[in-house]
Amino acid sequence: MELFHNLFLGFGVALSLQNLLYCFIGVFVGTLIGVLPGIGPMATIAMLLPLTYNVPPVAALIMLAGIYYGAQYGGSTTSILVNLPGETSSVITCIDGYQMARQGRAGAALAIAAIGSFFAGTVCTLVIALFGPPIAEVALKFGSPEYFSLMLMGLVTAAVLAQGDMLKSLAMVVLGLLLGVVGSDVDSGIKRVCFDVFELADGIGFVVIAVGVFAVGEIISNLSDPEERVVFTSRVGSLYPTLQDMKESIGPIIRGTVLGGFFGVLPGTGPSIASFGSYMVEKKMAKDPTRFGHGAIEGVAGPEAANNADAQCKFIPMLTLGIPASGTMALMLGALMIHGITPGPTVMTQQPALFWGLIASMWIGNLMLVVLNLPLVGLWVSLLKVPYRLLFPAIMVFSAIGIYSSNNVSFDVYLAALFGVLGIAWRMLGCSPVPLLLGFVLGPMMEENLRRALQVSNGDPMVFLTRPISLAFIIVTVLILIVMVLPAVRNRRGDITG
Amino acid sequence: MKLVLLKNKDFWAGMMLVGIGAAAMFIARDYRFGSALRMGPGFFPAILSGILIAFGVCIMAVGLRSGEKIQDRLSLRALVLLPLSLLLFGILMERAGFIPAMVVLVFVSAAAGREFRFVEVLLLTVTLTVASAALFIWGLGLPYPLIKGF
Repeated sequence: MELFHNLFLGFGVALSLQNLLYCFIGVFVGTLIGVLPGIGPMATIAMLLPLTYNVPPVAALIMLAGIYYGAQYGGSTTSILVNLPGETSSVITCIDGYQMARQGRAGAALAIAAIGSFFAGTVCTLVIALFGPPIAEVALKFGSPEYFSLMLMGLVTAAVLAQGDMLKSLAMVVLGLLLGVVGSDVDSGIKRVCFDVFELADGIGFVVIAVGVFAVGEIISNLSDPEERVVFTSRVGSLYPTLQDMKESIGPIIRGTVLGGFFGVLPGTGPSIASFGSYMVEKKMAKDPTRFGHGAIEGVAGPEAANNADAQCKFIPMLTLGIPASGTMALMLGALMIHGITPGPTVMTQQPALFWGLIASMWIGNLMLVVLNLPLVGLWVSLLKVPYRLLFPAIMVFSAIGIYSSNNVSFDVYLAALFGVLGIAWRMLGCSPVPLLLGFVLGPMMEENLRRALQVSNGDPMVFLTRPISLAFIIVTVLILIVMVLPAVRNRRGDITG
Repeated sequence: MKLVLLKNKDFWAGMMLVGIGAAAMFIARDYRFGSALRMGPGFFPAILSGILIAFGVCIMAVGLRSGEKIQDRLSLRALVLLPLSLLLFGILMERAGFIPAMVVLVFVSAAAGREFRFVEVLLLTVTLTVASAALFIWGLGLPYPLIKGF
């Protein structure tokens, strides 16, 4: 069986001492920032990306991925114990998780959250292993027109399904594409928008934008919010869920995994939509829906499985097609490119050790999280007492050194300062910077594929409509746009995300 | 009318997009546009800036109709001091070395917060400087002099 052969290869890579260590660092740091409100996985991955320049790409990706799904676990821990969602994806867990904690069943809630997440993680690892290769195989046959249309579909879907104003999200994608233009043109060698600044010849650094907007901008935004957080800690209680708890949770966990996996492969839908969807499903299916909001274990099990499934399945379009389905996946793509790997279906054939190693490590990382997290709950809760005034200068230090060390030039740091200011301006104007990052990552590839597609077709733009696969992507794009523009659906969309 | 526009969220978002789009189009006019068959370096940016301006105009129009206000609070202190701390860090890394750059970075950025306790910030500076020197310079071997001239 090829699948077993591949997974065997993957575990061989992931179980090497170095990769285990990076996996551990990743999930540890991920849990840490998942626990701490005010710093998310986007900012952390952006900050730590430069630290991975000297390690092999597979170790770098393993660590960055660990931060990503580790943050999900950390976020649910604080949701349950102190009613404080460390990440937006665990907001739903607060509802019943915190109620369980107040009834002295925090341990059971934490354990069920961990088990649910682990189950979802395991299933999704298998799903990626099963469906990754066939998807990549199909994608290998794509030519430039198909790629261009696929990227168009990815970007439009991500912008349209994401939270916030649809028009602004689309505009931010275009702005991101435009920022990707800066630097030397691959075709003619002309330096575009460089203003004779020699540091810009290679384009704007990916880390510069990511750290500027998501780390510096986020701190300014946090410091502008006068609300102080107050922490109430409750007793954890027994960590072992009862047999009854397990019985009640199995169904929600399975349903949550399926739901999360489905939303996971859709671009733009964050884990919060998956977990919210799962909560609604469980509430509808429950014999006694009134228990929800008063410590129903199903309200913890389902959403926790869903948000983890979503997070893991986001890797499918990223690894097989090179399409980022979320901001974090855009960062992962950036990490691949920094290491000189062209994202897309060729990753699987040309870098099998990287692909399967990463997948195997995600399962190992999930296991580590279950084993690590429960005993360390006390440590995580005590971390919440670290005041933000000590935390944000540390984030600034990591950001500054991270950016400076990418190219050893101060210009990048100045540029990041500028993007910090721009980031806060965009936030105030209601323009989400996440679509911008997606556009920025895909920009150069999109231009290249557009150029090639038009060359092949002798300059005829109809090429995107005459090739069947490309046409299918365009039709889906247009359909999604039409559906989302219809006012009735748009109003309901407000309910889902709000 | 003018006062109403001053805080109109979508109007300014649209303005920002139109502004950037127009600037990009202005810059891109120097690059050869080419044809669809042979796209010049100006082709992609010119089309993108056109789309951006169109989006900007639409969003401005939405803003004029809805009149939604900018509501987010903004700490001017943080807005000025945090980018400033990065600027100073960049300058000092080139002119004075790692330690002075770190000290200034931590102090200036800490001053952006609501509370500033001198002793606490001093301790934080020492901890962060030592920890990052250990991690980045001795651990990862980044070639930064601790203090220039020594």
